[in-house]
Amino acid sequence: MEPLFHIAPYSGYVYPNETVFPWTVMIVVYPYLTGLVAGAFTVSSFYHVFGLQQFRPVSRLALLTALACMIFVPYPLLMHLGHPERAFNAMITPHITSAFVAFGYFALFYVCLLILEIWFVFRVDIVARAESATGLVKQFYRALSLWSNDVSDKARAIDHKIMFVLAVTGIPAAHGLHGYVGFVFASLKSREWWGSDMMPAVFLFSAIISGVALLIVLYITISKIRRVPIDEACVRGLVYALWGFMMFTLLLEGVEFATLVYKGKEGIDIILVYVARDLFYRFFVFQFGVGAILPIILITIMVFRKVRGKTFITVSFICGLLVLMQVFLMRWNVVISGQEIAKTMRGLLTYHVPIFGGEGLIVALSALFGPLVLLWIFTWILPPWLDRPAAAE
Amino acid sequence: MKQKDDKTRSGRRTFLRTAGKAALAAAALVGAKGVGAEEKPGNRAATGPVEGYNWNEHQWGYGIDTYRCIGCLRCVEACKTENGVALDAHHFRTWVERYVYIEGEERARVDSHSDPDNIAASGSEKEYRFDNRYKDEKVEKAFFVPKMCNHCSRPSCVQVCPTGATYKTKDGAVLIDHEHCIGCQYCVQACPYGARFFNVEAQATEKCTWCYHRITKGLNPACVEVCPTGARIFGDMNDKESPISAFLRDNRVMVLKPEQGNAPTCFYIGIDREVS
Repeated sequence: MEPLFHIAPYSGYVYPNETVFPWTVMIVVYPYLTGLVAGAFTVSSFYHVFGLQQFRPVSRLALLTALACMIFVPYPLLMHLGHPERAFNAMITPHITSAFVAFGYFALFYVCLLILEIWFVFRVDIVARAESATGLVKQFYRALSLWSNDVSDKARAIDHKIMFVLAVTGIPAAHGLHGYVGFVFASLKSREWWGSDMMPAVFLFSAIISGVALLIVLYITISKIRRVPIDEACVRGLVYALWGFMMFTLLLEGVEFATLVYKGKEGIDIILVYVARDLFYRFFVFQFGVGAILPIILITIMVFRKVRGKTFITVSFICGLLVLMQVFLMRWNVVISGQEIAKTMRGLLTYHVPIFGGEGLIVALSALFGPLVLLWIFTWILPPWLDRPAAAE
Repeated sequence: MKQKDDKTRSGRRTFLRTAGKAALAAAALVGAKGVGAEEKPGNRAATGPVEGYNWNEHQWGYGIDTYRCIGCLRCVEACKTENGVALDAHHFRTWVERYVYIEGEERARVDSHSDPDNIAASGSEKEYRFDNRYKDEKVEKAFFVPKMCNHCSRPSCVQVCPTGATYKTKDGAVLIDHEHCIGCQYCVQACPYGARFFNVEAQATEKCTWCYHRITKGLNPACVEVCPTGARIFGDMNDKESPISAFLRDNRVMVLKPEQGNAPTCFYIGIDREVS
C-alpha cells in the first residue's frame, strides 16, 4: 500500500509543511506535453502558413502529433488534483485573478481550433475514403466528413482560406497556451527560482525546440517502420530550425540563470549550494551540456562539413532525442528544483518519484508515452503521409 | 471528531481515490464530463461562523510577542487538537521556530519542533518539544518565533486559487471552503510563509483559520487561549480596548517578509533580522 503522502528528505531548515512536495512529477509532465503541442504546431505552420515546401512531408503528421499530445495534457493535471471531479469548476465558476483559470479556456479554444484545422487539412482524404470504403468503415468516414462530399475546386479553395486563417490563429494560440504555462511559474513570487521575468520566454522557446525534435525523431522512426525513403531536405529543414531556436533557448536560459546569480538577492547562498550539490549533473552537464551544447555542436559540424545521407539522418535522430531529453530536464529543473529550494532559504529538500500511486512513475510514463499510442491510432484513421500521391490540400 | 474516525479507513479511501482519479482521467480523455461522489471534508477548515455573527462589525488581528514565547509548544498541540490536524511532524497550522546564535557563528541556527531530533526527544510525532542540543554551546542569543498563516491583506493564496475556494472574509480572516477546493495546491506554492499544506483526508488544502468557529462566538483562537505567557495576542482591531489594539498601540511591530507585498495581519515584536 502506498503511503498517504511522501516525506522529502531535507537538510538545513525548512518549514515543517514543506516536507511534502505540493507539485510532483505530474506537473513536470504537463508543461512538457503542452510544449510538444506548441512545438509540433509550429512545424505544421512552416508549411501551412508560410508555404515552406520542405516541411510538407511532416506538416500533417505535426498536426496529428499536436492533437495527440494535447488530448493527454489534462491527464497529469487530473491525476494531480485532490478533487478531479471538481476540475471543471475552474471554468464554470472561475476565480478570475487566478493565473490558472486561463488554462481551461486557452486549452479548450486551442483543441477546437486544432480539430478544425485537422478536419480541413484532411477533408479531401476523408471524402475519398468515404467513397472508396464499404460498410461500417464507409459510414464512419461519412460521419467524419460531416456528410459533405463536395471536393470541387471551389470548395477546396474555401478550405484553403479557412486552413490558412486557422493556422495563423493557431500560432498565437499554441504559443500563448505555453507562454502562459511559463507565466504560472514566473508569477509565483514565493519562490526565487521561478520568479524570473524571462520564464515565459524560456518555456516558449524550449517548447518549440521540443516539438521540432519530436518531429525529427517521429519522422525518421516512422519512415523506417514504413520502409519509405526519408526526405532529407525535410529533416535538414527541421534540424536547421532546431539549431536556430536552440541557440536562442540556450541564451535565454543562460541569461536567466546569470541574472539570478548576479542579482544575488536574499537566499542566493543556498541556491549556489544547491546548484553545486544537486544541479551540477542535472542542470549543467545533462541539460546544458549533453542536451543543448552537444546537439548544437553536432549540427554545426554537419553543416560545416556538408554531411549528407545516412550519417546526417542518424546524427539528426540522435540530436532530436538529446533535445527531447534536454527539454524534459528543463521542465524538471524548473518545477522540481523550485520546490527543492525551501521557502525558508535555509534548507534544501530532495524529491523522489514514487513508482506507484496516482502521481508515481508509472502514471508519468503513461502520460508521456500515451500520446504516441494515440498518434498511432490517429495515423491509422487519418494517414498523414505525403510521400504517396496524396489528395491535394 | 469525525476526522479521527475517518483515519482508520484512510488506506481503503486512498485506493478508491486513486482508482477514481484514473477513471476520471480516462473519462476526460474521451471527452466525457468528470463526475464523482462528493467527499466530506475531514476537518474543520471550512467551518463557518455561528448564526447571527456579522462579519462587517469586526476586523480581526493577531499579535506575536516573541519576547514572551518560551517554546512550550502548548499552542501547537492545542491547535492540532482543536482543529483535528493530522498528528504527525509534517502538517501544522501553527508551529514554533527556535533561533539560536552561538558564539563565533555568523548566522543563527534554526530548527522547529518538527525537526527529527526534536521528534526523537519527544518520542512521538504526536507530541512536541525542543531538545536540549545547545546545553554545551556558548549561546549568545536565543529566542522562539511562533509561526502561522499571516491572514494577509493581499493574500497571494487567494489570488491564485482557480475556484475561489480560498477567500478573504470581511473581518480579515483567510479561509478555505473544502466543498469547492479542487486540491491543485497552487495556493500552497503561492504562500511565501509555508503556512498551507495538503490535507490527505479531505484531499484539499488546509491552514490556520484563527479558529474561526471560536472567534465568531467571541472566544479566542485555541493557541491564544492556551498560551501560558501571553505571547499570542488576538482581538478585534475595530475595538480600541481589545488586546490586539493595545498591542499595536504600545509596540513598534513588524511583519514577516514585508518585501513580498502580502501585507500580513499577524504582527510581531522582537523578531530578528534572520527571521523570515
